[in-house]
Amino acid sequence: MKYFILIQASRLLFPALLVLSLIVLYRGHNLPGGGFIGGLLAATAFILVGLSDSMERAKALLRIEPVKLMALGLVVAIISGLPGMLRGAPFMTGEWLPGFSLPLLGKVHLGTPLVFDVGVYMVVIGFVLHTTFSLAQLAYTQTEDDE
Amino acid sequence: MPTILILSLAVISIAACIAPTLVRYLGGRAAWLLALAPFAAFVMFLAQAGTIGGGEALVYQVDWFSALGTSFSLRLDGLSLLMALLVTGIGGFIVIYAGGYMHGHPQLGRFFLYLLSFMGSMLGLVLSDNIILLFVFWELTSITSYLLIGFNCEEKESRWKALQALLVTGLGAMAMLAGFILIGMVTGSYSLAEINGMGDLLQASPWYTAIVILVLGGAFTKSAQVPFHFWLPNAMAGPTPVSAYLHSATMVKAGIFLMARLNPSLSGSGLWEYTLAIFGSLTLLLAMFLGLFQKDAKSILAYTTLGVLGVLTMLLGIGSEYAIKAMVVFLIGHALYKATLFMVVGSIDHETGTRDVTLLRGLRKLMPISALAGGLAALSMSGLPPFFGFIGKELIYKAGVKLSGLELVFLAVALVGNLVMMGLALKAGVGPFFGKANHDALPKKPHEAPLAMWIGPIVLAVSGLVIGIVPFWVTEFMVSPAVAAIKGTQIQHLDLALWNLVKPNLPLLLSGVTVLGGFFVFLNRARFWAVSDRVLTAIRPYGAEAMYERIFAGTIWFSKAQTRWLQTGRLHDYVFFIILTTVLFLGWAIFSFGGLNFTIDWGSYDLLMVCLVVIMMIAAVIAVSGRSYITVLVALGVVGFGVALIFAYYGAPDLAITQLLVEMLTVVLFMFVVMRLPPLKTISGRFTRIRDAIMATAFGALMTVLLLKAVNIQFDHKISDKLAAMSYPEAKGKNVVNVILVDFRALDTFGEIVVIAVAALGIAALVATGVKKGKAKSE
Repeated sequence: MKYFILIQASRLLFPALLVLSLIVLYRGHNLPGGGFIGGLLAATAFILVGLSDSMERAKALLRIEPVKLMALGLVVAIISGLPGMLRGAPFMTGEWLPGFSLPLLGKVHLGTPLVFDVGVYMVVIGFVLHTTFSLAQLAYTQTEDDE
Repeated sequence: MPTILILSLAVISIAACIAPTLVRYLGGRAAWLLALAPFAAFVMFLAQAGTIGGGEALVYQVDWFSALGTSFSLRLDGLSLLMALLVTGIGGFIVIYAGGYMHGHPQLGRFFLYLLSFMGSMLGLVLSDNIILLFVFWELTSITSYLLIGFNCEEKESRWKALQALLVTGLGAMAMLAGFILIGMVTGSYSLAEINGMGDLLQASPWYTAIVILVLGGAFTKSAQVPFHFWLPNAMAGPTPVSAYLHSATMVKAGIFLMARLNPSLSGSGLWEYTLAIFGSLTLLLAMFLGLFQKDAKSILAYTTLGVLGVLTMLLGIGSEYAIKAMVVFLIGHALYKATLFMVVGSIDHETGTRDVTLLRGLRKLMPISALAGGLAALSMSGLPPFFGFIGKELIYKAGVKLSGLELVFLAVALVGNLVMMGLALKAGVGPFFGKANHDALPKKPHEAPLAMWIGPIVLAVSGLVIGIVPFWVTEFMVSPAVAAIKGTQIQHLDLALWNLVKPNLPLLLSGVTVLGGFFVFLNRARFWAVSDRVLTAIRPYGAEAMYERIFAGTIWFSKAQTRWLQTGRLHDYVFFIILTTVLFLGWAIFSFGGLNFTIDWGSYDLLMVCLVVIMMIAAVIAVSGRSYITVLVALGVVGFGVALIFAYYGAPDLAITQLLVEMLTVVLFMFVVMRLPPLKTISGRFTRIRDAIMATAFGALMTVLLLKAVNIQFDHKISDKLAAMSYPEAKGKNVVNVILVDFRALDTFGEIVVIAVAALGIAALVATGVKKGKAKSE
């Protein structure tokens, strides 16, 4: 049996949570937030869909397998460490583009630490969802078992 | 030309790498090409003989962990030149021989890869000047020889014996490394050349005894001295070319080489001299005794190798001028004749299908060249003039007659040893070729081995004869520089001409006795064979190998027992042991840092926080005593959210948010598994609950004490202040926590996300097992 109100609510909340997670990710450098918190928030968005609707729906929304997301996140994190090496600095040295202004966001600083944080964000989402999906599978097999 | 040192290593390594490809296209014939590498290295070394003979040494050095006092430094002096020539010269013939012996073997390419890698490691070992580098090569020889001995890996016996060799030599190497580090501590150098100049310093140090024992632990295991001798005959499980190489010029000589290498700095004390002389003698006697009863030609040779290692160690222990000369000459002679004999035995095995010397007879007409090589080698081994072996034996007796008092025992040991060794030499190298042929008893119809399999033996055997007749070149450029390097003195001219040795004196008389006795042993060989099985079975339970097996079984028993006890497969027990360990170590740490010595500043806690903490404590009690999972989960949630509030209250919003999110996710994940958990009441009994309560209380109390003490310590704020100050100007971020995570300590964070990823894979794997079980149950 499905909870109609919950499903409707999660449909609204899902994009809102994702946007929020991105904002938290972006602003992490100056204000509380960052890749880890952002990743957890984003993961809760998918879990909300998974609980209210179905895990299959959540998986479909994610589009990519959580394991691959984790791997991709690690790759992104490694890549963020490379630009510094081009000018002879050690691995993972922060590199920044010149700041510029954008509407809404104000003055924007883009640099490799942000890229690194995106990697963390992806790994955290991957971790939480990979664990959730496998545990959910366990729970559902059990239920079938009981029937 | 110091670059030839690295060049020689490079050539052999390259040959090792291309061997599999080459074999794929050329088969066994690839051996002829591959042998060019060691021969090229041999020529390079030979070209340096003049320089080294003139008293110079070549040094090649590159920085390698220089902060730790080590470097990749190679040094060619008299001793290393001698060893390098043996390793490459004999190595080349072994490669050719292996091409014939293992012709058509499906894994021939892999075999050459192992063999040449071993050769490179051995060469590196003898060339190393830095002892840490030497250790690295030493271990490489252990590993590569493991692969070689266990090459017939589909046989269980073969794997077991290879593992035995690896374990015995590997454990010895650990001791040796400890000894090396002590040497480094005492002398402040890891360079052999420098260490050998600081013998007095070493011997005066209180660590000297420990150093000698540890270093000898490595040398004795590698060179198979009593009581570590048993792995050597067992290592015959490898293909014959391997035995021929490992047991003539290389692997087992590494231990001898190490003792000789460190002789200038470590010798001179009674400890060093008597340990070497006594263990060497025991090894020789035991090897000769066991050798008498062997029927397998390869085993006979293995035991004579063991005997020779005993002789060499004993001579090093005696340490006189003659003894060292004898040792070097004996070492060269042995390398030549032993490689030959192993290869000849391999050829016989290859052509007749057996190595049982009780069956082999009269092969000389069918295998004339092998017979000639085997005969020459056996005569050199017997120590008959004019072979090189004779010079070695004469020198041993010359060194022996100079001893006095109780030390004359060593002369007697040498006499008995040489005598039996001659008997065994004839048994393995001459016996199979003479007598009445009985080819019907053999598994295969014998004929002469192919060119690849007799060229090496005949060349090596003939060189044993030639350098016996005209020893001048060898003594001048190989023996004298090596003796000088071992003694740590200047190079002196040696006169080892045959006609100078053949004088009517005591040593010559002893030689005569040896020859007569050796023939006697040879002629009576059948008597020993008759009782062979009975004797060997009777003494086996008291031997070192039985001891090894007991230790091996004991280790496995212990390992299983402690695994059963510590790793029960129940999460409950794992947590218990983890907390127990933490409590013990933390308690110890707190105790050694002044115990319960702290002050509490009550004024710094306000009412709101006190209320919060009281709520959390009540929740904790409920969590522990709750009867259903939902109660426990809610209570734990209260504790978790309380922690988040504390974080927020004291100004750590990042932590607070993270904590909140984690709490939420924990509840969700827990809901998935709660159905599968057993009812709370049935998990543990009364005793376990009390035990766990005590443990938990102790852990909580310790953590509290730890925190209170930590607050009392005046931390240096420099680091955190500096990070905070640098955050915006250096990293363009105002959130210091985040800046530290993604910029200042990004590498740490990267490590953490890797751990997270691995943990996710682990969880998924565990769960998948559960799902499978569930499905299996439902089917």
